This record gives sequence, C-alpha cells and structure tokens, in this order.
Amino acid sequence: MGSARVTAAIVGPGNIGTDLLEKLRRSDVIEVGYMVGVVESDGLARARAQGIEASAEGVDWLLRQDPLPQLVFEATSAKAHAAHAPRYAEAGIQAIDLTPAHLGPMVCPPVNLGEHLDAPNVSMITCGGQATIPMVHAVSRVTPVPYAEIVASVASRGAGPGTRANIDEFTRTTSAAVAAIGGAGRGKAIIILNPVEPPMIMRDTVFCAISPEADHAAITASVHEMVAEVQRYVPGYSLRAEPQFDDPREDWDGNARVGVFLEVRGNGDYLPEYAGNLDIMTAAAARVGELMARAKQEVPA
Amino acid sequence: MSELANESVDTGRPALRDDVRIVDTTLRDGSHAMAHRFTEQQVRDTVRALDRAGVEVIEVTHGDGLGGSSFTYGFSLVDELKLIAAAREEATQAKIAVLLVPGIGTVDDLRRAFDAGAEMVRVATHCTEADVSPQHFGLARELGMQTAGFLMMAHRTSPEDLAKQARIMVDAGCQVGYVTDSAGALLMHDARARFEALVAEVGDEAWVGYHGHQNLSLGVANSVLAHEAGVRYIDGSLCALGAGAGNSPTEVLAAVFDRLGIATGLDVGALLDAAEEVVRPYLTRWPKMDRNAVVQGWAGVYSSFLLHAERAADRYGVPAQAILRRCGELALVGGQEDMIIDVAVQLAAESRQS
Repeated sequence: MGSARVTAAIVGPGNIGTDLLEKLRRSDVIEVGYMVGVVESDGLARARAQGIEASAEGVDWLLRQDPLPQLVFEATSAKAHAAHAPRYAEAGIQAIDLTPAHLGPMVCPPVNLGEHLDAPNVSMITCGGQATIPMVHAVSRVTPVPYAEIVASVASRGAGPGTRANIDEFTRTTSAAVAAIGGAGRGKAIIILNPVEPPMIMRDTVFCAISPEADHAAITASVHEMVAEVQRYVPGYSLRAEPQFDDPREDWDGNARVGVFLEVRGNGDYLPEYAGNLDIMTAAAARVGELMARAKQEVPA
Repeated sequence: MSELANESVDTGRPALRDDVRIVDTTLRDGSHAMAHRFTEQQVRDTVRALDRAGVEVIEVTHGDGLGGSSFTYGFSLVDELKLIAAAREEATQAKIAVLLVPGIGTVDDLRRAFDAGAEMVRVATHCTEADVSPQHFGLARELGMQTAGFLMMAHRTSPEDLAKQARIMVDAGCQVGYVTDSAGALLMHDARARFEALVAEVGDEAWVGYHGHQNLSLGVANSVLAHEAGVRYIDGSLCALGAGAGNSPTEVLAAVFDRLGIATGLDVGALLDAAEEVVRPYLTRWPKMDRNAVVQGWAGVYSSFLLHAERAADRYGVPAQAILRRCGELALVGGQEDMIIDVAVQLAAESRQS
C-alpha cells in the first residue's frame, strides 16, 4: 500500500473552492498542489499564502504543470466545467464536479460512491441532495419507498446568484436524484430561501411514503446509522427529532409516512456556520476525493 | 434560457377594461381552505359563475402553486392541469391564471399549464427574494402569457425594499407587481406606504396589485386604500375562500367599489348569487376570524399554515395557536410548512419537560 499523498487541484477559487481547500488541508491522503482561477482573486492569494501554487491562467496553465494532478475538484460553473471536462479526461485526471453540469454519475458518498470510485468524472448532485438522499436511502434499504419528497430550507445569504438565476436546476436535479440514488419510486424536491437574521441554519425535511406494515423500529435504526455515517464527514449533520411516523391516509393513496427532520450546521472552515448547504457540498466532495485517493494509493501505478 | 431574463423589456402591460381589475382567486387561494380537494365539477361551476359576472381573470392552481401537490402542502384531489383545462373550457371571456412559486414549481410546470389553457401566470417569491423569478417571467413572456409578480409576506420588508424587489420582477418581464399580504398582517398605514412605494417605482411601466387576507379584517379596507394609491389589480375570493381567515371577498369588493362609484365591470348581484349558491354549498369550512386566524395576522404568519397547524395540533397535543405563534417567532416564510411539524414536536417536548 502506497503512502504518498495524491496530488489534487481545485479549479474555481471562490467561496466554495476556498472552503474546500480548508477541508482538504486536513487530509492525510490528498495534497492540494494547485489552485486555479481565471482572474487574480482573494482565493488565489489565500492559496498562495498557504504555499500552494496558484494561477489566474486557467485550466491551460494547470494542464502544463508537471506533475499533473491526479484529482481535480471543479467549483466554477456548469458551462466552464462542460468545457474543461473532456480535457481532464484526456489528461487522465479524475474530476469531482461541484457545479450543476452533471456530466458524470451522481454520487452521494455513503450511498453509492463505491460504484463510481473509478469513474473519470462524478457529479456532487446538489446541496439538498447531499443532505437528504442518505435519509431516503436509509428508509428505502429497509422498506419499499414508492415516493419520497424533500424540502430544503436555506438562509438567503447562503444562496448565491447562480442558484438564484436557475433555481429550477436544483428542483429538477434533486428530484431525479432522490429517486435514482435515494431509491424512491418517484422523487420531489422543494427549496425555500429564508432571509431571517441572524441567518437560519440549513434545515431539511425528508418525507417517505411507506407501507402501513413497514417496520418502524428498523427504519428508525437505519436512519440513526446513516446519520452517523454522514457525521463522519459532516459533523454538524443531526436529527432535530426522532423520525416521525404517520398513519396511512386515503389522500396518500393508502400509504403511511415517515418524516425525518434534519439540521445541517456548517463546519465554519471558511464559510459561515449557517451555510450548511454549502458546507455539505464541500464536505461531501472532500470525502469523495479522499476515498478516490485511497483507492489510487491501494492500486500500484 | 430566455434573453428576457437578463434585460429590461417593455412590459406591455394589459389595458384596463375598467377603473380597477378584480382578480378572483377562489380556485387557487381557496384551495388551502379546501385542503386542496376541489372537484372538477366545483371548478367548472365556479368558473362559469365568475365568468358570467364579468370577472376577467380567474386563478386556478393548487394553493401553493403549480407542482404544489405534495406531502408538505397536501395532495390535490384532482390534478391541477385537469382543473385548469376544465376552467378554460368553461370561461367565455375570462382568462385563466396560474400561480407559480419558484422552488416549488418549475418552468416545466409552467409549460404544461400553458398547454392546458392558462393565459396568465403569477410568479410568487418571498418579498426579499425576487431574483429567483426571472427565468419564469422569461418563459412566460416567450409563451405570450400575461404576468404578475407576487411579493409575498409583504409586511416583512420596508416599502422601499419592497419597491426595489418589484423593480427586479418588472425588469424581468412582470406586468403587475403585487403587494401580497400573505399573513393578513398589514395595517392600513403599512399597506398604503407599500402601495405608494410600488406605484412610484414601477407604476409608469407596470400595474401595481394588492392581494389581501382577512386575518385582521382589513382586506377590503386596504383594497379601498389601494385603489386610492393607484393600485389597479385587486384580488378577492368568493365567500373569502382562501388561506387563514380567507381573502377579501370578491362579492364584497364588487359591492364596495360600486358604492364608491369606481367601475369594476362586475355584476354585483351575479357575484352575490355565485357566492351564496355556487360556493357556499361546497365549503368544508367558511374561512373566518377565529382565534388561530387572528393569531396569524397578529403574529405575521403565512396564512396557508392554518390547516397544517391545526392538524399538527391534533397529532401532537399542543395548541394550534401556540404552534402558529412559534412559527411567527421563527420568522418562517411561505413554503416552510414542513417546519410546522418540527415546531409541534419541539413544543410537545417542551410541555413534557415543564
């Protein structure tokens, strides 16, 4: 088993990229070698101050470096990632995509990362997806879930202009992933922005339709187990209350329902604590990178 | 994505037939009071009666807008697209409008509603979050739909900020910027200041609208002030059928404006008949200023929370008004109905401890 750390690059030195850098600096399997932007910025300056090679000359610069990174984290935009992705693939660099481009398989670390550890490109879905899909999966692995619905409440200050200009992208992508990755028959996703001051900590609610005969104790145990899994990389991920079970109703097509109420407090690395929605993206991406890096260390080159 | 989303466009606001346009939302806001269980027959009968009475815009959608049918807000008995199509068939002169709340509904839902016969969309955001609406206004204008923008919970921000938010919507293609008093919390001077601010900011290009709730019994009075301040779109519902204590009753608005000599183009007698003979028989609850609804106006709580709070109160054995007051303290916004359960669970835990 090799022990040299795997070299990574972060492309996109904004808030997300900078928070991700803070997280990866604690890693014992990844070394961030490069931070890349397209204009000089605070993010590049911060990276340089930490001794990381940083450039405002974009991906052209990155691909001229020797050694090339083995992993690249992309925190730019969907459009930029779509342009960069084929170049990473050609250079043999595995890409972890935090943008809404969704070119590669969608991954949620405790649910399906194992299937995609060697994918050339993986998508981190959405913040709401990272927060809720583990819970949908926790229910669907013990009992069939014909329908799951999630509501993500996010502090207004934690929703940037990109999210706001295309809020439908969140709704569509998360709905699809709740079904495809979470294991529900159908998925629905809702996002609400709340401007209250001081800013609210990210909240997520997960409702799953279940059979009237479903085993409540097994569901509750599975939920707790999965919360612990997520806490390994998002320490501020917690249940607000025990899972809530409601009796079957006619207007629920005779299904019963389990509701899971979550709070996602950010780690406060670079982003503020209330921005659990952004923190869970960077934390999940860091987790994906670490597991990919470990897999690389285990395979002799 | 439409280019309209990014640049200022001529709003080409619709011409007014009369002094003021009364928009009826019995079949949208009323969906809350009906727990989203409208039948197709109820929709057909109501549209026919409103259309005959001269109402020009009739809103038909799940109470929480397109795509609102869900665990969180309540499942529709009949698919809203079916109800929209049925309404379109019954209307001879009225346009069918739909509500869309970005974050709940999407442009895909809007296209389907358009295909089902909707000719106007009202895009609703929290009063400080208008910048999530341009993509929806953009598509609506591309499709040739009329547009309005709802700035919900308008009591939560200052008149100046509300006007700036209306500007964002109008620049994105919104033809009517609404002061939307979702909590029925605006007192008369608060309401007037907001009407004046919006008229001053966008009144040259767009109309200004008012959507009231009766939680503090001010919906009709504020509507009169609205007209004085230059507001030209005013919402009502037959029998006040709407969330919380309901909306300003359409039949009362018509009677009051008639007494004031302000032309609405509506037949007051026909609206009174519609309220009494078409809507009242199917009411499962007649929205009124009961304790819980007054608390909503008093504490500034989104009116649609009412039935959800009552259900959670039964389920968890805590008073509904206590749930609603806590929702007000937490400054929850429209769409956060899921948090009502969380609040009820916390209150139940607190009462066990004490």
